[in-house]
Amino acid sequence: MLDRREFLTAIGGGVAVLVAPGAADAQRGEALPQDLSAWLHIGKDGIVTAYTGKVEAGQGIRTSLAQAVAEELRTPLASVRLVMGDTDLTPFDMGTFGSRTTPTMAPQLRRAAATGRELLVDLAAKRWNTERAGLRAEAGKITKAGESISYGELADGQELIRTIPPDIALTPAKEWKVAGTPAPKADARAIVTGQHQYPSDITRPGMLYGKVVRPPSFRAKLDSVDGSKAEALAGVKVVRDGDFLGVVAPHPRVAERAAALVEARWSEAPGQPSSAELFGYLKQHASAEERAPAERGSLEKGLAQADVRLKQTYTVAYIAHCPLETRAAVAEWNDGRLTVWTGTQRPFGVRGELAAKFGIPEDRVHVIMPDTGAGYGGKHSGDAAVEAARLAKAADKPVKLVWTRQEEFTWAYFRPSGVIEVESGATRTGLITAWDFRNINSGGAGIQMAYEVPNHRMTFQPSETPLRQGSYRALAATANHFARETHIDELAHEIRMDPLEFRLRNTHDPRFRAVLTAAAERFGWGKRKAPVGHGFGIAAGWEKGGYVATCAEVAIEESKVRVRHVVAAFECGAIVNPDNLRNQVEGAVIMGLGGALFEAIEFQDGRILNGRLAKYRVPRFSDVPAIETVLLDRKDLPSSGAGECPIVGIAPAVGNAIFEAAGARLRSLPLAPKGLPA
Amino acid sequence: MPPITELIVNGTRQRVEAEPETPLLSVLRDDLGLTGTKYGCGEGQCGACTVLIDGVAARSCITRLSSAAGKRVTTIEGIAAHGGLAPIQEAFLRAGAMQCGFCTAGMIVASAGLLARSPNATEEEIRQSLEGNVCRCGTYPRIVAAVRMATRMKLAAHREEARHA
Repeated sequence: MLDRREFLTAIGGGVAVLVAPGAADAQRGEALPQDLSAWLHIGKDGIVTAYTGKVEAGQGIRTSLAQAVAEELRTPLASVRLVMGDTDLTPFDMGTFGSRTTPTMAPQLRRAAATGRELLVDLAAKRWNTERAGLRAEAGKITKAGESISYGELADGQELIRTIPPDIALTPAKEWKVAGTPAPKADARAIVTGQHQYPSDITRPGMLYGKVVRPPSFRAKLDSVDGSKAEALAGVKVVRDGDFLGVVAPHPRVAERAAALVEARWSEAPGQPSSAELFGYLKQHASAEERAPAERGSLEKGLAQADVRLKQTYTVAYIAHCPLETRAAVAEWNDGRLTVWTGTQRPFGVRGELAAKFGIPEDRVHVIMPDTGAGYGGKHSGDAAVEAARLAKAADKPVKLVWTRQEEFTWAYFRPSGVIEVESGATRTGLITAWDFRNINSGGAGIQMAYEVPNHRMTFQPSETPLRQGSYRALAATANHFARETHIDELAHEIRMDPLEFRLRNTHDPRFRAVLTAAAERFGWGKRKAPVGHGFGIAAGWEKGGYVATCAEVAIEESKVRVRHVVAAFECGAIVNPDNLRNQVEGAVIMGLGGALFEAIEFQDGRILNGRLAKYRVPRFSDVPAIETVLLDRKDLPSSGAGECPIVGIAPAVGNAIFEAAGARLRSLPLAPKGLPA
Repeated sequence: MPPITELIVNGTRQRVEAEPETPLLSVLRDDLGLTGTKYGCGEGQCGACTVLIDGVAARSCITRLSSAAGKRVTTIEGIAAHGGLAPIQEAFLRAGAMQCGFCTAGMIVASAGLLARSPNATEEEIRQSLEGNVCRCGTYPRIVAAVRMATRMKLAAHREEARHA
């Protein structure tokens, strides 16, 4: 990491803004990094560079953060660049997950930009020997009556650093001019011309190509290796390090051939559970520990007050993220310093993984994240980075490693599977009196609800997981919303009340009610009847600061479920970029359809049985319904992230619609992988 | 030594030294440095590797080098004439038809193949013709909108040409 002086020298002077010691995000109480790296630089060419450890993986944050910077600096969007996810150049960051970029990073960059703007006003006042009061920052210039000077001219020849004052004022959303508009995606031209360099496109001089020789099943131990046939190929080296086995070669095709020629003997671990016995296994192995139980009132009393009582179990399968760009990394060692280009949502986390793996200090590891071909929560770990670095170390040359799709399906991690047990009671007048909700294994995200139930208990119990599991877009909120919103629908049917009315009767939360009402209105809920063989479903949720309500129409065609029409109403505070937001909401609905209807990982004896795109079905053009997105813009509320929340409503909305269409109540995700059960 | 295969890539004659069964995708990316064409699955299921062979869309990951011998191969880098943007590229920009963009090259090239044989493709034709291309981010509605926009742009361009002819 460079110090301030070195930093300014390295970037050729200008004006830089740093984080103020002790600054924190007051709103969320979340500590931001205290180091002295820069957040913002204004060069003599007027180009504004903002630095953030967040990364771009398709969610559009490179664009919306640039909008926030341009807004506060009063400079054209085209003059703003973002350096992202580079551990030597950007301030420390935990990672890009949990929809945290918009609520925490955008205000931070806004503060930096506002500080830069005030500094430029000071510089202009000094240059003109005048009071600040008559000066205005606009369109990349400071102006006074009849005169103006560009930011570039003001920054030229300066080597100025200012820290962000704690009380710097930000522009309220009602006055936004650049934020709040549908700015097109940054770097889109490089993408449509094939010029953008993704992690798997990076090359280095003298680079070799790596390939990992994988064990036949999970938890297998490497007994012996004969690499002689592989090493008979020109330039090939076989690398063994404990149970890690790989090859390096001068060309990717040679690496592939060499890996196939390595003769390895493995001891496989017997008795690994299969997907057929998954849910029983999770229940049997649930820990006694209950995480973050939310408890109020008396369930016993609540159930006694109820006219109807209901007890049901819901399950969700493991699913794969399947980002279109598989894990990839290029690793290069120079004098004990390691540089790695890799697709990850946690460049600083991967820096830590690499430092720990090789027993070197973190300041000798540099991780760079070129905008990657998606993540969806699936690229938190540095698997490919560590493997490439091991191979590069053994080969003493830069090494590139790109996982195959089959490797991605097998050796990455999955969205956790889970079993959710719900017991509830409601009165005939439509009030939920008791709510007992227990999630085993999949997680606690989204377990709290907007319904006000006087007697409730919500718990999450971890379990032993047969497969490696980790983050996935919206975490367990998808599972918990599926179980909750399906169960709510069941209760509504039990007491013969319209599911929308039943939901509205049990919540006062105005934001929750607003999305429900907006979705229902657009969909025409209650205004029309589903045609024969069709059904309507509704579901709503609240997650990561956003609110979503989803209505779905399905048609059953010879036991096949076709989703025909979806309305998603979404509210996430003040909208930063309405076009990108629509894109995210639509994308979440479509990705969510896969997990709702047909995605599931099948496994047996430590092997993934459907770890190929030919066997694992993801949503395609023909699966896409007509989607209408209703955005509620709340300029009076802080902006929340939007990459996750909109995914939680689609599965229960579709499941509830299937019930109306076919009378079949489906309680497992995926709902209908092979059509409706006979 | 592997045999030499000749093919014309983006208008340039190339001589490639590789086994005849080598996937064309590997030749493009690893031998010719044309990384705009993407690896997504290696089994012709996702369309990220789509190129045009004599103007017809093909999955380069399951196309053998030998079957492209002597033919014209067009990749995303060669889809526009003279370094500008082809109408289909312009349409993807205007429609904001991407998120991570990793499928975009394949989508654009596949769409270019469709528009070459069916300049007025209907929405149904567009969906059917792109069914083999996966966008995991779920930007399908925008991609359909972009291709439809491109059909209109081409139509407008033709009318313009006709007016000046």
